[in-house]
Amino acid sequence: MLIKVSNNPIVNTSAKLVAVAIIMFAFVFVVMVPLYDVLCEALGINGKPSGQVYTAVQAKVDESRTVSMQFIATNNDGMPWEFAPTATIMKVHPGAVNGTVFFARNPMPDAMVAQAIPSVSPARAAQYLHKTECFCFNRQPLDGGMSAELPLQFIVDQDIPSDIGTITLSYTIFDVTDMAGSAAIAGR
Amino acid sequence: MGDHHHGPAKGLSRWLFTTNHKDIGTMYLWFSFSMFLLGGFFAMVIRAELFQPGMQLVEPAFFNQMTTLHGLIMVFGAIMPSFVGLANWMIPMMIGAPDMALPRLNNWSFWLLPPTFLLLASTLFMEGGAPQAGWTFYAPLSTTYAGPSVTYFIFCIHVLGLSSIMGSINIIATVMNMRAPGMTYMKMPLFVWTWLITAFLLVAVMPVLAGLVTMMLMDVHFGTSFFSAAGGGDPVLFQHIFWFFGHPEVYIIILPAFGVISQIIPAFSRKPLFGYDSMVYATASIAFLSFIVWAHHMYTVGMPLAGELFFMYATMLIAVPTGVKVFNWVSTMWRGSLSFETPMLFSIGFLILFTIGGFTGLMLSIAPADFQYHDSYFVVAHFHYVMVAGAVFSMTAAIYFWLPKWCGRMYNETMGKTHFWISFIGFNIAFFPQHFVGLAGMPRRIPDYALQFADFNMMSSIGAFIYGASQILFLYNVIATIRSGEPVSDEKVWDGAEGLEWTIPTPAPYHTFETPPLVK
Repeated sequence: MLIKVSNNPIVNTSAKLVAVAIIMFAFVFVVMVPLYDVLCEALGINGKPSGQVYTAVQAKVDESRTVSMQFIATNNDGMPWEFAPTATIMKVHPGAVNGTVFFARNPMPDAMVAQAIPSVSPARAAQYLHKTECFCFNRQPLDGGMSAELPLQFIVDQDIPSDIGTITLSYTIFDVTDMAGSAAIAGR
Repeated sequence: MGDHHHGPAKGLSRWLFTTNHKDIGTMYLWFSFSMFLLGGFFAMVIRAELFQPGMQLVEPAFFNQMTTLHGLIMVFGAIMPSFVGLANWMIPMMIGAPDMALPRLNNWSFWLLPPTFLLLASTLFMEGGAPQAGWTFYAPLSTTYAGPSVTYFIFCIHVLGLSSIMGSINIIATVMNMRAPGMTYMKMPLFVWTWLITAFLLVAVMPVLAGLVTMMLMDVHFGTSFFSAAGGGDPVLFQHIFWFFGHPEVYIIILPAFGVISQIIPAFSRKPLFGYDSMVYATASIAFLSFIVWAHHMYTVGMPLAGELFFMYATMLIAVPTGVKVFNWVSTMWRGSLSFETPMLFSIGFLILFTIGGFTGLMLSIAPADFQYHDSYFVVAHFHYVMVAGAVFSMTAAIYFWLPKWCGRMYNETMGKTHFWISFIGFNIAFFPQHFVGLAGMPRRIPDYALQFADFNMMSSIGAFIYGASQILFLYNVIATIRSGEPVSDEKVWDGAEGLEWTIPTPAPYHTFETPPLVK
């Protein structure tokens, strides 16, 4: 290596190795973690749909095809909410804007905050499912005993491969009350 | 012996403040052996519980603490420090250096270890008990569902990572700067080569482990969500980072073992090592490949097909340089003038059993088949064949091989051979049946199991007790040798041994190679 820290070769070697160790420590945070998210999203693996709002582009609705959309709602370990899709199956045409709602109720006496995390199956369909509006983009606070209808608007891309006839969109709802803090509950 | 320098200081301060590579090596070896006994004791608890189906001795949570601590202590407390100890003793003597390059750092990297492992073991007495998420401590088991001991565990990993990194920097600085005149890289003994490459692996991946546990710390205490899906993180990310460290880690454990075997087999075959150059290149190839195969530990997480195929083929590729090594060792023995002293017996035992472990590794590398083997006792059998019969057997061979050089006394050969045969038989009784129960579907890390696995588990437990007991014989033999073994004064303790360490007097004086030897 070109860098020379000291005239003592042992100090030189050691300094370079310390630098390598520090670089590898930083590598985990600045390369591995972001790269994982970028790769998952770019390759559509892990069934991770984009967490961003999709801006609809003007496109022709492909009425010759019908894709079956299935909705699943799951509660994470210990999450007491009632959480379910109002429609479990929808037949949609690629290119069309579709809407549905999920039902949620907080049966507990206290206010809680929830976060829904989506997952798409088959995983490669994730990149063809665009959401213009989704309750999963934000945390959902609910006072004790209250219920809400959580809206979802989506478009199935016209370019979706013809062998995908069914897309399953699954939401797992997590209790993030502790993470959100009391400020979030009070401030809504 | 020339002029007498100051010998070792007297009393406890000799060990606390020493900067002598031999003293530090000795401390590493004794420390790692005590950890080997502690980790071994935990293994005995595991095997005693599994002796019969049903819950007999311990609670499931405590059983999980035993499997976790057994793994952590054996990997980080026994095997790794034992090879660092061996490196401390042997590398300066093998390359003709007077000591390690950074002797004070050397002292520090050793003395970090005992308090760290004391802290780790003390979590057993905490409320909620010791860590129980397995030695791989996957999130969210080790974050969301962990007890308060996880913070201590994270601190321990940080400190022992620091110790490993400093030890490795020391080894690399020694090998690169302090070789005797004429000792070119391609003349270095293979043990030095394998350790040089191992040390580079350590410097590269221990910081990754440190980063991983730092993320855990932040998830547990500071509200981040690296591994929590609720906050936008992903537990699978944990597995990727862990195995990015973890796979090179298994080569960190086994490469120095390869080096030891490459020193011992030529000595007792009375032939130079067959294919020295190819051994060096094979070691380097294994080290390189170790960075691109990590996801073969996690075929079942739902990777895309292309990923499964890439990691499968890359993993299988490792069999090529490993095969080169095995064939070279066998070729070294071919038509050699063989004799079967204890170090050679352990080396041949290594060769056979490690190769079996390598084959089961190949089976596990096949992605479609791995879905059945994953997290079963087959995996347990596989990695004990490479970790115990690989690393521990070679370490045992190394002790028998160099102990007479270190202390100037010969161990009891009959007792050594007895130790080998009891170990070899006990080990195989313990771990061979685990292949069968694993293929039949017994999952790892469970305190109870279905009735059809009862017979094999009882066999396995009996074998484990035999193997465990044989280590007491080993301990006795070593202590008896140091205290009252038959004195040896030949510089070459073994007539077939080659290398600079056999040119100095026996027992090795406190200071060696103060004037560097000339290597032709």
